[in-house]
Amino acid sequence: MMSDDGIRSTYRSYNEWFSEQDNRRLAKKSAQAEALFKRTGITFNVYGQSDAEERLIPFDLVPRIVSNSEWSKLARGIDQRVRAINAFLHDIYNRQEILRAGVLPVKLIAQNDAFLPQMMDFSPPGGVYTHIVGTDIVRTGEDEFYVLEDNARTPSGVSYMLENRETMLQMFPELFSKIRVQNVGNYPKNLRRSLEASAPASCNGRPTVAILTPGIYNSAYYEHSFLADQMGVELVEGHDLRIVDGHVAMRTTQGYRTIDVLYRRVDDEYLDPLTFNPNSTLGVPGIMDVYRAGNITIANAPGTGVADDKAVYSYIPDIIEFYTGEKAILKNVETYRCSEPDALKYTLSNLSELVVKEVHGSGGYGMLVGPAASKRELADFADKLKAQPENYIAQPTLSLSTVPIFTKKGLAPRHVDLRPFALVSPDGVDITPGGLTRVALKAGSLVVNSSQGGGTKDTWVLED
Amino acid sequence: MQLQISHTTHYRYDKPVDYALQRVHLRPMTMDIQEVGSWNLEIEGGRIEASYRDHYGNHSDLISTDPGVQTLAITATGSVTTRDTSGVVGKVYGRAPLWHFLQSTPLTVAGPKIRALSKIIMQSDDQLSGLHALSAAILEATPYKLGETDTNSTAEDVVGIGSGVCQDHAHVFTAAARAAGIPARYVSGYLMINDQIDQDASHAWAEVHLDELGWVGFDVSNGVAPDDKYVRLAVGRDTRDAAPIKGMRLGDSDETMIVSLQVQQ
Amino acid sequence: MLGKTAGGLYWMFRFLERAENTARLLEAGFRIALTRSTDAEAEWKSVIITLAAQQGFEAKYDTYDSTHVINYLLRDADNPSSILSVVNAARDNARLVRTALTSEVWMSVNETWMQLSDILKHQVREVDLPDVLAAIRQQTALVRGALNGTMLRTDVYRFCQVGIHIERIDNTARIIDVKYYSLLPATSIVGGRLDNVQWETLLRSVSAHRSFRWAVDEGFTGPAIANFLILDTRLPRSLIFCSKEIVSNLAFIEQAYGERAICHDQADKLLQRFSNREISTIFEEGLHEFIGSVLGDTANLGYQIEKDYRFNI
Repeated sequence: MMSDDGIRSTYRSYNEWFSEQDNRRLAKKSAQAEALFKRTGITFNVYGQSDAEERLIPFDLVPRIVSNSEWSKLARGIDQRVRAINAFLHDIYNRQEILRAGVLPVKLIAQNDAFLPQMMDFSPPGGVYTHIVGTDIVRTGEDEFYVLEDNARTPSGVSYMLENRETMLQMFPELFSKIRVQNVGNYPKNLRRSLEASAPASCNGRPTVAILTPGIYNSAYYEHSFLADQMGVELVEGHDLRIVDGHVAMRTTQGYRTIDVLYRRVDDEYLDPLTFNPNSTLGVPGIMDVYRAGNITIANAPGTGVADDKAVYSYIPDIIEFYTGEKAILKNVETYRCSEPDALKYTLSNLSELVVKEVHGSGGYGMLVGPAASKRELADFADKLKAQPENYIAQPTLSLSTVPIFTKKGLAPRHVDLRPFALVSPDGVDITPGGLTRVALKAGSLVVNSSQGGGTKDTWVLED
Repeated sequence: MQLQISHTTHYRYDKPVDYALQRVHLRPMTMDIQEVGSWNLEIEGGRIEASYRDHYGNHSDLISTDPGVQTLAITATGSVTTRDTSGVVGKVYGRAPLWHFLQSTPLTVAGPKIRALSKIIMQSDDQLSGLHALSAAILEATPYKLGETDTNSTAEDVVGIGSGVCQDHAHVFTAAARAAGIPARYVSGYLMINDQIDQDASHAWAEVHLDELGWVGFDVSNGVAPDDKYVRLAVGRDTRDAAPIKGMRLGDSDETMIVSLQVQQ
Repeated sequence: MLGKTAGGLYWMFRFLERAENTARLLEAGFRIALTRSTDAEAEWKSVIITLAAQQGFEAKYDTYDSTHVINYLLRDADNPSSILSVVNAARDNARLVRTALTSEVWMSVNETWMQLSDILKHQVREVDLPDVLAAIRQQTALVRGALNGTMLRTDVYRFCQVGIHIERIDNTARIIDVKYYSLLPATSIVGGRLDNVQWETLLRSVSAHRSFRWAVDEGFTGPAIANFLILDTRLPRSLIFCSKEIVSNLAFIEQAYGERAICHDQADKLLQRFSNREISTIFEEGLHEFIGSVLGDTANLGYQIEKDYRFNI
């Protein structure tokens, strides 16, 4: 809701505060925040660049503010999606009723690389597949949200949600007494509780949780160590683990110790060289055997990628209806599956107005933003599309709403998206009120990916 | 027919092994065509870490070596009562859908040679006789011969090499059947050869799915339909799914493997 | 604690200690190069030998020229023991064990890495060398301060201390080994100005040239310096001091875990070499042989600790 002066009502209190601030002081604070991030080592490694290259994700000190009523709707919508996705995964790896019913074409699953046959005829402990989901959402207007992507594999970015809030609390404590913002700081505790609740039935006593990282050169290593630290659990690598006494166990200074729940930040393909890629040195040989024997929980479960594939994405409203009997609360962006001839034709003739994405791509790579592309780029992309149409989907460019960021010249509008994090356990779904807001720092740009010049900002969900 | 089986796989490592794993499919399942009486899996120099049913319903065991061993022996013994159904396993299904068995794997991708073979199926009046013709054609194109192929030979490679062992025949057959749109799978198991107690190795054959009959077996190497001399151990899309033993060592020691197998009435 | 974590802590502090030791050797060497240019080459060579870098250095350079030596030891990526290399390695290890460190320790290591990567990005001019070396020593002292001031005295802290002192004992023993001839009683008779210079360099290499004067009455003689470096329990870089530290930190771990390992016996044996010992008996045994076997025992102790506490397997 906008008032006469063009300020969204959720930003009113913040704006009052902001108008009293000295821009130079804020600029100094902003520089301090960056220096702190650097000293703390909150950096990420960029793929395709040298190992030594560690970059900072730019942080914007103006929070993105979401009203409580908007959040309630969002949270309900995410809860619904996440439940449906778990039901879908269980079904697709067991009876496949949704395929028998003809709601989803068999081809969509049969030709999906993320479908892991090794997960068939199996229920993970507690029936949970996606212990952690990060749903990418954009807002186009008052109470109008679209889901861009359901990240059901190993969504990252939650450390920024927590660090950004911590930074804001340190820099502007007075703001938090003026404006009542919902707390995000319990996330690590809730994550640990949620993972413990998902432990295998065979586990006696308090479950031992550990995080599996590919190692210090992984782009998200900071987040892995941050979460391990915040949860108070060990951060392990593949070579710390082996199978001992029927369990996955970690090598400690005093011998091997059983792990009950492994929050793994290693992709499916590398998880178990005895089952998947035999050349992987990042995984744990035999972990899938222990998993099927019911002696470990893997979070997220292997094979969840089949639910967040961009081609499956377009069916999520049908999936929600099939498993919950309800209409989807959150909208999907209209999606043209280029594998279908009509959709391909439409995409080719409207390329300059569409966003075209690779079905299996992520991180904003291999994507065409039609309105921002040159004639040459459009022509080149059209050739790629014609050569392998099944690799692409197209979506209309949404008129994303903008939020203010702090620049040298004062506040300026930029496009953002939002990734709230949902935790799933046999006890239910828990959605932290907040999330990772990514912002396209270039004026007019729609690309928010950190690997391509995006920044982040704190996300405030108001209490009232 | 009641078959007595004793199957030992003996590994010898040239250096003490700190840690090694073997995933084995060495427990036959009771089903319509075979009933497992007593069955025992014994490990020397190692232990069973996990026992479970895999995604095809196969009994699987994960075995780890004891620290510092130089030998590992895995022995499966027991008796199975079999029934002759002329190769028909029937309409017995696990969770894996039929479309899954239409998909090729890296070992069973159809190249031009496999596609050429698969045309034989169409040339017959019905699928069943087409598949018999295919089986005969494969044995003619790739007569049974040891040592020309290895465990990583693809179906397409095998036809190029022009000979193969039971594993290769099963791969070529499943690849060709799938190329013709018929769901097909790889089967590992035991075969009693008449008048011979000691067998060189465990056996492999193929099964295809036909609408009327369900799953039907073809032993290409012997040019026959599996009967009551056959014991099924495991199924999958290729040998990597269904092989009786799949291992992995960490470290640099070399291993030698000796298999002793006895199947008798 | 994960075995890998214990290893990461141990190595992180070994590497930081190594950076500091190298800086100190460079400082001592540079002083000679400035004041006695005729001895410079020989002195640089002994620095390189002390750091076990002779093979790598000679593969690259023909002469022990100041510029080459300084660059090789400060920032050459081909030299795994250059200060830049070991600071990188220390920081990688710190990243590996980050959950075991206080934020103060982590931030001090990270800052050390940031600052030194910046300072050592380009070749260091000789006029800037003293400042650069001072910065290195200051940064590593900062990390040690954070370690002592903020870490709980658990096994985590003990593995850090064991790493520091294993590296230190190795370093001091190497320094003695390269110049052992100048410490022998006989050479002090032959001696003269040359030995004075050698002694001073030696003491500077372990930051003890001033404390020696305060602590030891006997004046500059080879045996007195040898005694100070090997048997004086007050000097934090003496062989006896470091082995005492190793023994007591390992004893803590033994008690905490309720289990004695082989490394405990080895550490005790190492300490026994120095306990209640007169320096004269070491000369009788042969200083060179004595130091050689101390180096060997220290290396073995390091391997045994890695094994007993499962750093790698």
